[in-house]
Amino acid sequence: MNSIAFLVISVLTLAAALAAATLRNLMHAALCLPLVLVGVASFFFLLGAEFVGLALVFIYVGAVAVLIVFTILLTRRGVEKDPGFHWMGVIIALAVFGGLTWSILQTHSLSIVPPHIRALTVRKIGETLMTGYVWPLQCVGLLLTAALIGALVLVMEEKR
Amino acid sequence: MTPTLQLFLIISAALFSIGLLAALTRRHAIFILIGIEMMLAAANLNFIAFWRFAPPPHPPTGVMIAIFSIAISAAEAAVGLAMVIAVYRHYRTTNVSQFDQLKG
Repeated sequence: MNSIAFLVISVLTLAAALAAATLRNLMHAALCLPLVLVGVASFFFLLGAEFVGLALVFIYVGAVAVLIVFTILLTRRGVEKDPGFHWMGVIIALAVFGGLTWSILQTHSLSIVPPHIRALTVRKIGETLMTGYVWPLQCVGLLLTAALIGALVLVMEEKR
Repeated sequence: MTPTLQLFLIISAALFSIGLLAALTRRHAIFILIGIEMMLAAANLNFIAFWRFAPPPHPPTGVMIAIFSIAISAAEAAVGLAMVIAVYRHYRTTNVSQFDQLKG
């Protein structure tokens, strides 16, 4: 695992996340979300989970980010800039970050280097999905169908 | 020097806190959703990191959970954005402080 790649990816991801959380212009902030997710996918590549990284790029950068941009374009009348700023939220987020970091640093069994690992092929993932995880897979298929139909029903025009 | 598990967990905690910041400080409904997506991405990073750093017999459990979590958060994003559009039709705004019809 390359430490220079890790440093570059983490700086880019956290900068894009801060931009998405704080930029006043809604469109610029929304376009930072794909950057964050590409950064997380690069972490997945670095950790050797290539299939999950590819799935993240396809699903989020390909579909969800485009959906978010379309929704902003459809609902942009009204608020163009994001109003208001709440110090309470900043304090809570900082407290959560401080607590998590403190507990991670206190746990010494976490400072380990990655063990040697055999590559996780798509064939292995497919076999595992089709043997041990058949029921969760079917449930997720049912959930995605229900979510698709539910989203369509929600945005359908009501008949007067 | 290779990055340890601690470093991945701290990056993930930072990403989670930034997502929480977005969800708590923003008043625009879509940006609350974007904050939730960032928190889910941080959780997925944790799953993959713990899978990669686990001791030798490597069942792909963490990878499976990450795949299911990505699928479920895609469904959540689709329904959430549909709700934003439906509420916008009704109220003509996406500012969550103005959705106060149920306020007591």
